[in-house]
Amino acid sequence: MSQKILLDKINVPGIKTYEVYRQNGGYASVEKALKTLTPDELVEEVKTSGLRGRGGAGFPAGMKWSFIDKKSGKPRHLVCNADESEPGTFKDRYLMEFIPHLLIEGMITSSYALGANLSYIYIRGEYMWVYKILERAINEAKAAGFLGKNILGSGYDLELYVHCGAGAYICGEETALIESLEGKRGNPRIKPPFPAISGLWSNPTVVNNVETIAAVPWIVNNSGAEYAKIGIGRSTGTKLISASGHVKNPGVYEIELGLSVYEFMNSDEYLGGMSSDRPLKAFVPGGSSVPVLPAHLIYKTAAGEDRLMSYESLSDGGFATGSMLGSGGFIVYNDTSCIVRNTWNFSRFYHHESCGQCSPCREGTGWMEKVLHRIENGHGREEDIDLLLSIQSKIEGNTICPLGDAAAWPVAAAIRHFRDEFEYHIRFPEKIKNRDHFVAEPFEKVKHLVSKEMI
Amino acid sequence: MERTYHKQEINMTEALITRINELISHYPEDKRKSALLPVLHEVQDAHENWLSIELMDKVAEILLIKPIEVYEVVSFYTMYNQKPIGKYMFEFCQTSPCCLNGAENLMDYTCEKLGINLGETTEDGNFTVVGVECLGACGYAPMMQLGDFYKEHLNEEKIDQLIADCKDNKIVLHDK
Repeated sequence: MSQKILLDKINVPGIKTYEVYRQNGGYASVEKALKTLTPDELVEEVKTSGLRGRGGAGFPAGMKWSFIDKKSGKPRHLVCNADESEPGTFKDRYLMEFIPHLLIEGMITSSYALGANLSYIYIRGEYMWVYKILERAINEAKAAGFLGKNILGSGYDLELYVHCGAGAYICGEETALIESLEGKRGNPRIKPPFPAISGLWSNPTVVNNVETIAAVPWIVNNSGAEYAKIGIGRSTGTKLISASGHVKNPGVYEIELGLSVYEFMNSDEYLGGMSSDRPLKAFVPGGSSVPVLPAHLIYKTAAGEDRLMSYESLSDGGFATGSMLGSGGFIVYNDTSCIVRNTWNFSRFYHHESCGQCSPCREGTGWMEKVLHRIENGHGREEDIDLLLSIQSKIEGNTICPLGDAAAWPVAAAIRHFRDEFEYHIRFPEKIKNRDHFVAEPFEKVKHLVSKEMI
Repeated sequence: MERTYHKQEINMTEALITRINELISHYPEDKRKSALLPVLHEVQDAHENWLSIELMDKVAEILLIKPIEVYEVVSFYTMYNQKPIGKYMFEFCQTSPCCLNGAENLMDYTCEKLGINLGETTEDGNFTVVGVECLGACGYAPMMQLGDFYKEHLNEEKIDQLIADCKDNKIVLHDK
């Protein structure tokens, strides 16, 4: 069993409530921080911990905190990004639903570190019942004196509110999230200025993922140095992984970073292997935006080393033979799944979610969806594969926010590793008419037709 | 293009106004507009799950902003409905992880059972079935959103039961 620091108490009956959470050591970090640490000391602890942003980008949290503008004298804000929408990712929801006070405790301690007196949790509108859970938990914390004026007699004031979105993936991008919190359309802002200088209502703002903030209480209680001992290399600590697709035990798991992908996939403590015992075909380790990898690159890197669940190991080999840890949205595909269909589906998602501000993304995601749709539906042309590569390369790097890259990468990766499957769709349209075309006849069994055709 | 004008009865109850004021109080006094998204959710829930122009104008009036500031937000976010929809809106997640576990076939089944196409509403105004993008429940697929809640690990039997429960008024849509 690896160490758990976020979900260690998840099975305590009643942990959702303030009383039980408090009886089990909850809110200790607030007491310790407010009574014994200065905000700057707290920022240093988080820096020492090596904690990296858990939303997907993996930027060091302590460093992000240290950028916040304290000189201007403007009010500062901490905004928790709970707009979890990356396909494959459902970890934050689990944490907020089953141990909401952990997030609230983290918000108080982190807000104190940043000198924020007004903070928000921005949750996606679809998680409405979780919004209510958080709202009630905030009221409980307030009644117990952990929020409001002069918390624990320390002189520190904090108001915390939960704010809901209304169905827009783009609002997970921090500047779009801020726009949305201001009551506007979720159009990302051009950076700089970064939110640390000019964020919510032009005030210095830090935006952190739920899981990042939830790790702070443990760091405060046990020290940054202790946290840094967990994990491997620059991937310190634990990570929540949400697993879906063709596995025996889908769900949310807390793993120590550095666990091998093989063990995570196959041990009974975690995913328990493939559902229906079918062969593994591909996996996406970090949410739909990161490159898909074929079976032979999952358990071993191209260099033949064990592939580990860490930022570094999952990206080993760059995009040629690696992927990314991303948000920890772990999607597993067996031999009956169709990579073309999956890629089309993701492209439709990005097309739907593009905010429409930048032409390369707005138009490009639409074209990718159209071309992939016609390939998947038996109307593809031989030149379509190169056309897709051309479109994706023109989106990548040419947009204000990373949604463009997120839309482009999965298409490039699917073609890079599964080009023959695209060719099969184009050359044998009569064989892919049914939506479940690989269920009766997995691609592995018909693959030879493509190479024969080449000769 | 054909345009249908849908009339909506506006009823700003005392409870609704109280809740709106509470939401407004979550933001600094000069930042009332920030309450727009949460307020729209509340107002829509209290008005049969859709927002007419008149209702949006009312929201603008309450938040002291221009009507266009409400329209542009309502048209951006998918959770706001600009025309009447069924009392029970089945919002199936149709993104890939759900599809790996049969979401598309289950959507077909549901539509066939209700005698409608995807995106349509039954004649009695009771049911609408739509496909939406990732709802963050990938490990519990296939699934749908119904009101404020998720219905997960669905299959044909559960769909049959759910439709029956809706018809018997056994389904709670909102957590107020």
